[in-house]
Amino acid sequence: MSLSVASARHVQALLGSIGRLSRNMFATTLTLLVIGLALALPMALRLFVANAQAATGDFANAVDMSVYFKPDVPLAKAQQLAADARQRSEVGEVTVIPADKALEEFKTYSGFGTALEVLKDNPLPHVLHVRPRAESSSPAALETLRRYFTAWPEVDIVQVDSEWVMRFNAILEVLRRLLVIVAILLGAGVLAVIGNTIRLEILNRRAEIEVTKLVGGSNSFVRRPFLYTGVLYGLGGAVLAWLIVEAAVAVLGQPVANLAQLYGSHYLLEGPSDDDIGILLAAGTVLGWMGAWISAARHLSSIEPRA
Amino acid sequence: MISFDRVSKRYPNGREALSNVTFNINTGEMVFLTGRSGAGKSTVLKHIALLERPSRGTVLVNGKNTSTLRARHIPAFRRGIGVVFQDHKLLADRPVYDNVALPLIVAATPLKECDKRVRAALDQVGLLGKERMLPYELSVGEQQRVGIARAVISKPPLLIADEPTGNLDPDLALEVMRLFRRFQDVGVTVVVATHDLHIVREFGQREIVLDNGQVQGGAADSLPSVVATR
Repeated sequence: MSLSVASARHVQALLGSIGRLSRNMFATTLTLLVIGLALALPMALRLFVANAQAATGDFANAVDMSVYFKPDVPLAKAQQLAADARQRSEVGEVTVIPADKALEEFKTYSGFGTALEVLKDNPLPHVLHVRPRAESSSPAALETLRRYFTAWPEVDIVQVDSEWVMRFNAILEVLRRLLVIVAILLGAGVLAVIGNTIRLEILNRRAEIEVTKLVGGSNSFVRRPFLYTGVLYGLGGAVLAWLIVEAAVAVLGQPVANLAQLYGSHYLLEGPSDDDIGILLAAGTVLGWMGAWISAARHLSSIEPRA
Repeated sequence: MISFDRVSKRYPNGREALSNVTFNINTGEMVFLTGRSGAGKSTVLKHIALLERPSRGTVLVNGKNTSTLRARHIPAFRRGIGVVFQDHKLLADRPVYDNVALPLIVAATPLKECDKRVRAALDQVGLLGKERMLPYELSVGEQQRVGIARAVISKPPLLIADEPTGNLDPDLALEVMRLFRRFQDVGVTVVVATHDLHIVREFGQREIVLDNGQVQGGAADSLPSVVATR
């Protein structure tokens, strides 16, 4: 068989499959919808996780450390210690906030301005704001840094607001696992839906298969249109899933932007990336092909011509 | 071309459809398989087309032993045999063209070649111009001829037909048989199972008579039992 003849036959099988699918528009649409929804769900979950991660930004922001000195530590000492801290590789930025300046800010922003006038002494200590480097924001690295500051005799307390980061990371990890489980289960569901659809089609076309085998059609020839049908279902379902997800992103975009603004952020909901779309379409195609193959292997061999 | 050597076929339900059947059919011969309904005519044809394998004995078709042929060689084996059925076995939802072209399509024949040969085959059976019609739009006789066109389109060296005239009136039946003899004239081996003794006499070819799964006469490839002029 020459290459051009072979590819012509493939095109013929493909067109035949498209023709059959379009002739049963209603049934085809229902099947595509089931596959589309099953594929859209893990995709949506994936976007949710990705957006949650992106919206909370780089964790360096979240894990600023506040180092409070004891009240009697002089500013010069605090500045010297800040200079020491800057030498450490895991430290990104150190800002010294003198007690006077802290009090000024507190008076201005707290609304207790006049009440604070009655204070004889400044009750606030000098403070260092330490921002670790992004790559040193892991809980373990933060703990090391915290111990480093706590070890100084001049330091009163070190406050790390990392609890919520860890909790949030744990939640994301649970969601990621959930995503894997959902993807596997729904993938198996897609496989079953396509396999069953192909099985019904094989039974519907039993007579045709018998005659084709009778005139010398090989198993691969008989199988081919069903594989194309499976791939079309899978790919079609994936495209539908893509549209569903894009539509959901479009609908949610404005409310999410509003929500972000209330938290003082300019975060915008991100749609699926090119990679996401590629994976989605590839997964749909592969699942469709596999479902059809399994069904064809199971049912086609049992159909032999009878005279 | 075809050789049955002490072939027996017993089905799982215990019925013995063929017992100890032995005969030879030479290349280029036209042979009638006759006998009452249930005598085993169809079973013999099924063994030739490899729709069945013998329980005992050997079936050789075109030099191939059907009992030992591997599954992946069956399609190629079947492409060497044209089969005509009493009930045509046409695909009801496909036009005449697609039905006739099927053996070429499974053999990956180029489309141009396909067109040419479908036209030629339909011309041979007198159905040129009906390519786009669906089987149910044709008369029974025309449907039968579509089945014949499909059987011969890939120019198989062997043509077998199971009661091809069963549903036809005598004139049409004769016409179909003449068609078969034209294929024989160009070297095709033709085996026709029929209970229409009138037609068998008319054509005077060798006749293998089956009764109750056994050969009653005509097994030797000698002169036909009834000699008639063509």
